[in-house]
Amino acid sequence: MNAYTKYFVKKSGWYLATLLVALVLNFLLPRLIEGNPVSTIASQVSQGMTDSDSIKKVYENFMKEFGIDKPLIVQFGIYLKHLFMGDLGTSFGLYPRKVSDILASAVPWTVGLQLPAILVGWILGNVLGAVAAYRKGLFDKVLFPAALFINSIPFFTLAIMMLYLFGITLKWFPISGGYDFQMVPHFSLEFIGSVIRHHTLPFLSIVLVTIGGQAIGMREMSIYELNADYVLYSKLLGIRDSRVARYVFKNAMLPQITGLALSLGTMVGGSLICEIVFSYPGIGTWLFTAIRQLDYPLISGCTLLIALTVLLANFTIEMIYGIVDPRIKAAQMEEN
Amino acid sequence: MTHSVRILLKSPKFLIGAIATLLMLALVVIYPLVNKSDPFEMKALAFQPPGSGLPLGSDNFGRDLFLELVYGIRTSVAVGLIAGLCATAIGLIIGLASGYVGGWIDNVLTAVTNMFIVIPSFIILILVSVSINSRSSLVVALIIGLTSWPWTARAVRAQTVSLRNRDHVNLAKISGHSTPRIIAFEILPYIASYVVMAFILQVASGILAEASISMLGLGPYNTISLGIMMNWALVFEAPVSGAWWAFIPAAFAIAVITFSLYMMNTGMDEIFNPKIRS
Repeated sequence: MNAYTKYFVKKSGWYLATLLVALVLNFLLPRLIEGNPVSTIASQVSQGMTDSDSIKKVYENFMKEFGIDKPLIVQFGIYLKHLFMGDLGTSFGLYPRKVSDILASAVPWTVGLQLPAILVGWILGNVLGAVAAYRKGLFDKVLFPAALFINSIPFFTLAIMMLYLFGITLKWFPISGGYDFQMVPHFSLEFIGSVIRHHTLPFLSIVLVTIGGQAIGMREMSIYELNADYVLYSKLLGIRDSRVARYVFKNAMLPQITGLALSLGTMVGGSLICEIVFSYPGIGTWLFTAIRQLDYPLISGCTLLIALTVLLANFTIEMIYGIVDPRIKAAQMEEN
Repeated sequence: MTHSVRILLKSPKFLIGAIATLLMLALVVIYPLVNKSDPFEMKALAFQPPGSGLPLGSDNFGRDLFLELVYGIRTSVAVGLIAGLCATAIGLIIGLASGYVGGWIDNVLTAVTNMFIVIPSFIILILVSVSINSRSSLVVALIIGLTSWPWTARAVRAQTVSLRNRDHVNLAKISGHSTPRIIAFEILPYIASYVVMAFILQVASGILAEASISMLGLGPYNTISLGIMMNWALVFEAPVSGAWWAFIPAAFAIAVITFSLYMMNTGMDEIFNPKIRS
């Protein structure tokens, strides 16, 4: 077995174990609610229903889904079985819509918003941080406190401020939704234009906050690398500055890749709240609605999906990192 | 100890952070003594702009926003402190245990730590908060503390491992000192500065976590925190009504508190890690 395969297998094992823990948490925590959740829920859902047959049907439906009368471990088995079939249960708040259908309609919006925003913010932040560390002087003196300040603003706070400033006061951008409400989603320039205009503000607010945190990390790493002996030695050898800067950037960049993996959870969480501020039709807004209605299947569907995505993204980054960083390769070689 | 404090006072970054934090705390402690009214009391019509009598105007229920802000900062800081204390303590214990004791304890604790670093703590926070019916601000603080320790644990473990085989530790071992004693006198003093810094960061992230969770409507009951104020402003559509005073001051307060804590941390980092000093 070659070194990389070994690394791959080992990491996969760990991620599978982590996945299991995440599934158990997602299964167990909502079941800690006191009393019989099904009767609490069914009475909520069937409020306003007068026909006793349909109330009974609602009750039986949830009873079957939860399998509440069986022991916990059997319930977990049922939960896993449903999960594998892509069945996340029925929403209470929007009965009888399936949770998986609701999530499927929300995912494209969230992915379309967060993936580009986090990537752009990460790249810009790293470049700015490296430049600040390299140029020092005024640029650094201005950029560093500014980045630190933006980084201390919670995601949603910046979002609310932008909403107020650009959406309500200046009226440059629409303030809510993913597209103009009178439109029906279809492929036309007009619709795409509307989507882009609605996309701008949430996108910018996520990018700005991401830049702050990343720039600080990169600045610190770059200063650390700039003080390393090899930089002084290269300078004494007469190697051109631009080339030294490239070495430094490359070395400082590697920890930033792991940094991205590790802070991804926080970023996604923050961006979800950003969606709420702009009533963007993504997972975050559904999660907000679900929490307000105590719609447990939808809440745990959302949290499960987010946890899975973050795990998957982390796994991907670690796999790429294994290829990119020669030190990891060397460590694998030694183990063999 | 006095020596490190004296060096710290020379760092402008640390000073700015510390002074801002102290000023904020002073305001929060003193103002309720001067203005003894109840922050939940309705004083005016909804969304009155700032003016005489109400320095920051009124919110959707017609309550005095400045008074609310003061109480909000108090709750948020208290939640942050308790969460930070809890997270640092757990992280320190787990980090020391796995780093110093080693063996299978280390393997198990490291595995658990790595798992909880990858599973977003935000998600666990939501799941736990949804499942608990009555949340006081203490409960919220404890939940935040219980979900945010892995970072500290990982860093403390790394530092302990590097200290474990130093000469002075071996010497103490040969002299027959007990493990708790070695940890307390030979290991802890070397990581103390790091632990203090981690605590400051944990307080900041605790305040941010409280704000996010309250924003989702999962905050503590029967109290006012900065996140809850933001949640009210959003739910009762303050931005659309043009009532900037209902959310900008609260948002700004969160930013200023976390910013000054970060500043303190950076100032300390530059002093205790001379390599970063440029």
